[in-house]
Amino acid sequence: MSWLLDPFDFAFMRGALAACVALSLGAAPVGVFMLLRRMSLMGDAISHAILPGAALGYLAAGLSLGAMTLGGVAAGVLVALAAGLVARRSALREDASLAAFYLISLAIGVLLVSLKSRNIDLLHVLFGSVLSLDRDALLLIAGIATASLFGLAALYRPLVIECADPDYLRQAGGPGALVHLGFLLLAVLNLVAGFHALGTLMAVGIMVLPAASARLLCERLDSMLALAVGNALAGSIGGLLLSYHLDVPAGPAVVLSLGLIYVVVLAFTALRPRPILTSEVTA
Amino acid sequence: MTAAALSLSKIVAGHDGHVSISDVTLAVPAGARVAVIGANGAGKSTLLKTIAGELPPLGGQMRRCATCARMGYLPQSATVDTRFPVSVYEFVAMGVWNHVGLFRRLGPAVRQRIDAALDRTGLAALARRPIGALSGGQLQRARFARLMLQDAALLLLDEPFAGVDRPTREALMALIDGWHAEGRTCLVVLHDLDLVRQRFEWCLSVDDGHAQLTPTAELLALRPTADGAAAARHAFLRDALRA
Repeated sequence: MSWLLDPFDFAFMRGALAACVALSLGAAPVGVFMLLRRMSLMGDAISHAILPGAALGYLAAGLSLGAMTLGGVAAGVLVALAAGLVARRSALREDASLAAFYLISLAIGVLLVSLKSRNIDLLHVLFGSVLSLDRDALLLIAGIATASLFGLAALYRPLVIECADPDYLRQAGGPGALVHLGFLLLAVLNLVAGFHALGTLMAVGIMVLPAASARLLCERLDSMLALAVGNALAGSIGGLLLSYHLDVPAGPAVVLSLGLIYVVVLAFTALRPRPILTSEVTA
Repeated sequence: MTAAALSLSKIVAGHDGHVSISDVTLAVPAGARVAVIGANGAGKSTLLKTIAGELPPLGGQMRRCATCARMGYLPQSATVDTRFPVSVYEFVAMGVWNHVGLFRRLGPAVRQRIDAALDRTGLAALARRPIGALSGGQLQRARFARLMLQDAALLLLDEPFAGVDRPTREALMALIDGWHAEGRTCLVVLHDLDLVRQRFEWCLSVDDGHAQLTPTAELLALRPTADGAAAARHAFLRDALRA
């Protein structure tokens, strides 16, 4: 039991725990919808796009939480919209467009950070600094999680309709574009929160991995949302404990724990007999 | 004289600048059951999409009666993501969102309406199943149940019986008959001309870039024993009507 509780005697571990709980509550449900809307790759691209925006904030105002956050959100929204536009208006498919934006964003971000920093800063930006989050950063992450939960509650019904039958919401006169933009904003906000804790390369991990594990186990959306939050909590707390006891970087340890849950669930469901669906019987 | 549910005046329909059908002028009487017929590629779906507001008209004017602002449209190809984890009940319940709003809970009266729609479409026993577990015909029944809950005065159905078996077709046709009996206006794209002859009192024939609304009995009087390929019949009808 002391293996489980003793690490949290330290203030930096309690801070990391608070950040992981907030991220699990806010980002994991958004990750479920991201997965179901087949936007996991877009989430990855947006998380990389946050880097140059945050780096511009860093160049302009130093290690200012507000400037880096604003820069990150602006760049994330810009790339999400631009990737969608390029996919619609050019011969490129969305995956190719996203890959292009992701590579360009990462390169610009690393260059900008290198202009005014040491390698250690670059590592923090790429892999996060969940063990050294100050009070303001924790408040920001908790604030984003709170806004995200309220935002998702407000968008829930049209979002479900749009995911299950994309054309129906529009045909029935629903606010399809507003829902899409609202969801993109929620995704970007959570990725920025994840960026502060887990870094640009790992931020999307706490959104997509718990959702993917839950999807393998659940047939219902409400249980999938609940299980995704549970997975995120278990994986992120497990990762913090691994990081503490094995003395390895916390961000990658958190994402690795989430990945471990995913692999175990994948193996379990692959070995489980598949239920026979009505459509297969009647086809 | 029956008031028009839908009036089109010199409507030009098409997409991406390409005109599929032009100079469509007609008035669909309120409560009419209209079969939209024509060969593949004639422009039936384009016309229906234009009426539904899915495509902006390239020209002309369209008017719907006040009650027909409540319009339901069932497109030919469903965009349903059958892997999305919602139950048949939740899928059908999507039909009430524009009555209930995006935030309010579903009250007992609304739940009764959903149960009734599931019952009428024969899906009550499957209500808790995921939509991915439905066959093609069952999914079409679920789309009909959702459409039913929209409580539309004007219903636009694009090839609703494509890919469904005969019993399902009969069950879905009975729903259209029910809507007609309730005074709703139904425009249904069909290829089964026997069904048109037996169950639809109006025909909107689309051919050669034009469309004409005619009572079915009038068409049958022109050629009572008509059989054969749809294209030949449409050409005949067009020529007969122009004569």
